[in-house]
Amino acid sequence: MSHSGFASGPDVDHRANGFDPSAMVRDFDWGKTRRLASGRLLREWEIVATDKEIEVAPGVKYAAWVFNGRAPGPTLRCREGERLRIRFVNGSSHPHTIHFHGIHPAVMDGMPGIGEEIGGGLIETGKAFTYEFDAEPFGMHHYHCHANPLAEHIAKGLYGTFIVDPKQGREDADELIMVMNAFDTNYDFGNEVYAVNSIGFHYAKHPIRVKRGELVRIYLLNIVEYDPINSFHVHGNFFHYYPTGTSLQPLEYTDTIMQAQGQRGILELRFPHEGRFMFHAHKTEFAELGWLGFFEVV
Amino acid sequence: MEARGAAECLPIGSRLPPWALGVLPLVLIAAAVAAFALLGAPGLGERSGVPVEELAVERTVLRPGEIELIVRNDGPDPVQIAQVSVNDAYLDFAATSEEVGRLASTTITIPYGWIEGEAYEIFLLTSTGGTVEHAIDVAVETPETDAGFFGLMALLGIYVGVIPVALGMLWLPFVRRIDPRWVQLLLALTVGLLAFLAIDAVQEGVDVAQSGPQAFGGAGLVFIGALSAYLLLVGVDRYMSSRRDRLGAGGKGALGAHLALLIAVGIGLHNLGEGLAIGSAYAVGALALGTFLIVGFAIHNTTEGLAIVAPLAERPPSVPRLALLGLVAGAPAILGAVIGAAAFNSSLAAFLLGAGAGAIAQVIQQLVPSLRDSAGRALHPLSVAGLLAGLALMYVTGLLVSV
Repeated sequence: MSHSGFASGPDVDHRANGFDPSAMVRDFDWGKTRRLASGRLLREWEIVATDKEIEVAPGVKYAAWVFNGRAPGPTLRCREGERLRIRFVNGSSHPHTIHFHGIHPAVMDGMPGIGEEIGGGLIETGKAFTYEFDAEPFGMHHYHCHANPLAEHIAKGLYGTFIVDPKQGREDADELIMVMNAFDTNYDFGNEVYAVNSIGFHYAKHPIRVKRGELVRIYLLNIVEYDPINSFHVHGNFFHYYPTGTSLQPLEYTDTIMQAQGQRGILELRFPHEGRFMFHAHKTEFAELGWLGFFEVV
Repeated sequence: MEARGAAECLPIGSRLPPWALGVLPLVLIAAAVAAFALLGAPGLGERSGVPVEELAVERTVLRPGEIELIVRNDGPDPVQIAQVSVNDAYLDFAATSEEVGRLASTTITIPYGWIEGEAYEIFLLTSTGGTVEHAIDVAVETPETDAGFFGLMALLGIYVGVIPVALGMLWLPFVRRIDPRWVQLLLALTVGLLAFLAIDAVQEGVDVAQSGPQAFGGAGLVFIGALSAYLLLVGVDRYMSSRRDRLGAGGKGALGAHLALLIAVGIGLHNLGEGLAIGSAYAVGALALGTFLIVGFAIHNTTEGLAIVAPLAERPPSVPRLALLGLVAGAPAILGAVIGAAAFNSSLAAFLLGAGAGAIAQVIQQLVPSLRDSAGRALHPLSVAGLLAGLALMYVTGLLVSV
């Protein structure tokens, strides 16, 4: 008789997956920078799309498509006003694009059929293209593949966050990146497992340690396909919510917010008490199918 | 002589004993299979495509605070059960083995505080991300198979099988006194009743077969069961009649007794299937054990008693023999109820229901000669009226007892 379970059983194989949600939650990719002749800062990244099998729940393998070997893809971080250059290499066996949320010219939109005259549009297998635009507006944004069929190209893992800091920066904080995502493992246009940062129940088994009284800033994105809305709730605390992070004034002081697919925002909070505090989708179904975790306040 | 001539033309055949000639192809098949396996199936390569994952839940057992599923692998490839969710929540579970080989089964135990009367949807998530869905329509504790339970099932079987059939057989004195033409009408009525039962058994069998694992044949089992029972009864019948001819026994009375026994066997097999349906419905809590059900079955199955005694008009048998006929027809309902409730298996049930239909077909074939009129026609106004009346009677009384 063997005993197992999702929330209490063994971990997935992080090494084989190529990423560990415990590290991913604080992993911000600032890219490489250099000064342009104009004196402006140029920030560059290379993003490679590949096909990769991911263990999305203990014992359950999923044929994902990933950016830089991980789902969600790297958290690109820059400052308002910088020039950004993202070289996209398609190493997947399917054509893809990177479509950024932000303000940019049409040819840089990462849309099939648009920008083909400069080598953009749909990027075929083995081809590369460099997206270039200004970092604007400041806030918390994201990027994803926009090839067709669109739902599948997003749901299979081709998405990530793209954070533009305001010129003056933000108050020092323990910053966390949380991408609410899900996987349709049986291809029925409904999700079987839900999570933040891909692995359901990971932060329940490995709580996120934060310090009592310290400012915690959560960059939260909902990229769940097939379900119309997602939500975030934290136990024993309230947070200031900055939708899309485009205003320095919080919109709301609450303990529960909801996001449609593609919506995102910044949450700021301090834990006045020590102990374990759960955070989860307040859509209970998502929580019980993987999207829940704990803060360990010390 | 010709065969020997042909054998002489084959030098190998002539030197070997016949048994060796019979075994030789088998040896060659075994050698070919072994060579094929040793060479790694040349030319066929790797299996293409994703594994085919087919799991069927064979049995659901609900105990306080626990759901147990017996799951059988219905497909060609082994299946690895990775996670289990109940009503959209992943739960801890225990499995006798998480990998389920082809045709093998595993028992999954899920600690879960289910609530009586509510519905549950269970998903088994496999290693490839596939899902196997199983619905519990109405949660009710699975009865423990103790003495009290078997007693209850036996009582149910007696209520719906033995008592109604025995009551129906009380028409014997009536059948004996009426005009032979009316006896023929009753026999036609009997054929109509039996035809309805056969149709009902096939339909029920196909439904049951489709509800469970398909690995052992699915709905095909109903027809295999029907053909097997038909052939078996024809074989037994021919053997008995040749023996009867040798012993010099006979006469129309003996034929009547013989027909009555065949009808009792056919109805008995049918009641076995009926008992299975009742027992399994009781086990999953889908059976309202009410007066209505028992009364319905009593009316429905009383007609079966009439069917048994209809051919006995000319020479009534002894009372013990009558009792035996009644038990042959009615008692299988007890056995069916016990099996259905304690160890329901859809493949077995489909086979048995099919066997009931096949047995009835054979009985109908036996009854047809007694319907013939002076012109030798089996279908004449009187017999047609009887047949239609039989079908109608069973249809109407059958409405009382849909399980």
